[in-house]
Amino acid sequence: MPESIPKDSVGIVKPETVNFEEPITLQSGKVLPHFQLVYETYGTLNSDKSNAVLVCHALSGHHHAAGYHAMGDKKPGWWDTAIGPGKAIDTNRFFVVAVNNLGGCHGSTGPTSINPDTNKKYGPDFPIVTCKDWVNSQVRLSDHLGILQWAAIVGGSLGGMQVMQWSIDYPERIKNAIVIAAAPKLSAQNIAFNEIARKAILSDADFHDGHFYEKGTIPKTGLILARMLGHITYLSDAAMREKFGRELRDGAISFDYDVEFQVESYLNYQGEVFSKNFDANSYLLMTRALDYFDPAQEYDHDLAKAFAQASCNFLIVSFTTDWRFSPARSEEIVEALLEAKRNVSYAEIDCPQGHDSFLLDVPRYTQLFKAYMDAIQLEAAVTTSEESN
Amino acid sequence: MRHDLATIQTWIRPNSSVLDLGCGDGSLLASLAKEKNVAGYGIEINEAHLIECIKKNVNVIEQDLDADLDNFKSQSFDTVVMTQALQAVRYPDKVIDDMLRIGKECVITFPNFGHWRCRLYLALKGRMPVSKILPYTWYNTPNIHLCTFRDFEALCHRKSLTILNRTVVDSNDNDNPLIRWFPNLFGETAIYHITR
Repeated sequence: MPESIPKDSVGIVKPETVNFEEPITLQSGKVLPHFQLVYETYGTLNSDKSNAVLVCHALSGHHHAAGYHAMGDKKPGWWDTAIGPGKAIDTNRFFVVAVNNLGGCHGSTGPTSINPDTNKKYGPDFPIVTCKDWVNSQVRLSDHLGILQWAAIVGGSLGGMQVMQWSIDYPERIKNAIVIAAAPKLSAQNIAFNEIARKAILSDADFHDGHFYEKGTIPKTGLILARMLGHITYLSDAAMREKFGRELRDGAISFDYDVEFQVESYLNYQGEVFSKNFDANSYLLMTRALDYFDPAQEYDHDLAKAFAQASCNFLIVSFTTDWRFSPARSEEIVEALLEAKRNVSYAEIDCPQGHDSFLLDVPRYTQLFKAYMDAIQLEAAVTTSEESN
Repeated sequence: MRHDLATIQTWIRPNSSVLDLGCGDGSLLASLAKEKNVAGYGIEINEAHLIECIKKNVNVIEQDLDADLDNFKSQSFDTVVMTQALQAVRYPDKVIDDMLRIGKECVITFPNFGHWRCRLYLALKGRMPVSKILPYTWYNTPNIHLCTFRDFEALCHRKSLTILNRTVVDSNDNDNPLIRWFPNLFGETAIYHITR
């Protein structure tokens, strides 16, 4: 709980909801007759709406990216290290929008929403949405906010994938794409990890083929296992060694199968927390969206051809110890951007924290990210309000 | 701007594309973008330099010149530039090959180890020269492949490269006739414009 709001925090924030009554046709061909998105905003939109930054979330993220909902909150939003006054995404300068994706479980329309056809929760009948669908739904939100062009769209991991999709599908609506710890598509190994996570949920007796709401159960064990597995891939070997080593909870081994090592305790705790806060159907859906992401597919499997559609500037960032989406994966993106002759800068941050680094305040990463954001020229603003600057 | 960079700028055609290997703080590329509408990319590994480039809106790729440059397609740039880095790379000849693969033309600048002060230092003191331009001692220098102008031209000859242009400057930028007559003795920095 914050005793007082830190100076570099956006402070107490409140989510907003917008309903879209126009149907949206998804990549699968299915149609959602209407949908809602929950989002938060930080900072102030300038008069010509040239200072808007969209933040796309990763697998288990949501719209609460910065600040606190109440003084009693234990933790700020998930990307509070990067968003706030004077931070990399400086809310003194930018108007930041963070949205909960379609299919999520934090307020935007998803498997836990009521299906108008049945008046029951969608559950497993909620259509699978893709990165393209997310971008299309975020375009609706942009229209709603009157933002014709984002000064930047930013995201890490799966969030970075949405940023790339934006740059290809709506080149005129994005000026800068910041893609952190992402990949141009999942590898077989990435999909394999996702499949184990899904299998854990699908094979939980409490899952009931996704209709667990009516049964009054949640597939807790499945969710815990999925999250434990995920967490291993978010950390590096070095980070785990540093954090837990072979520390024992009670100082001595007990010759049984209880939780003994600190790392076991940590993973179980993370799984436990997650199982209470995340919907199993949403998790399945999000992992599928990851599996399906492959923007090159529409362009003869040529990523450079896909990026030839884009017109924005790119910043690509990777982390040396990230083995989920390693630097080599970011370099694939960079190589395609170079071939497509797009403006691109690339940094490979040397740090031990693995994939999770993108959420942390790693000094060199923060400095570089901030330098890039600070160098973004709010062009429309310069011509209309030069004197006020 | 450094003298060698000012000279290079005059050799780069407007609206062309430039790849700058070891681009430092991005001064050359920023200036080329502004003055000549050049589409440029830099390669750099120094963290502070990367940030300086980003602050200048210069495209910069974090990459080690001693690793391969395979991510750059053949003949994808008009000019590939490398200023004051040739002497610091592990395989200078291979880097030159790569530069001429990626670019139609190359511009290379390097310090002249054949400068009279270097020669005198070694001749009189019997020790590796330390100077204003080459301020390191032998054991901590990043400059592991120092050469003279004549050495460089011999390499160009061996590789059958065409020298389009060359000029020699010293740190005072004096129009010293000695430099013109005896570049390998009086020039401090060489600037070569080469092609295949």
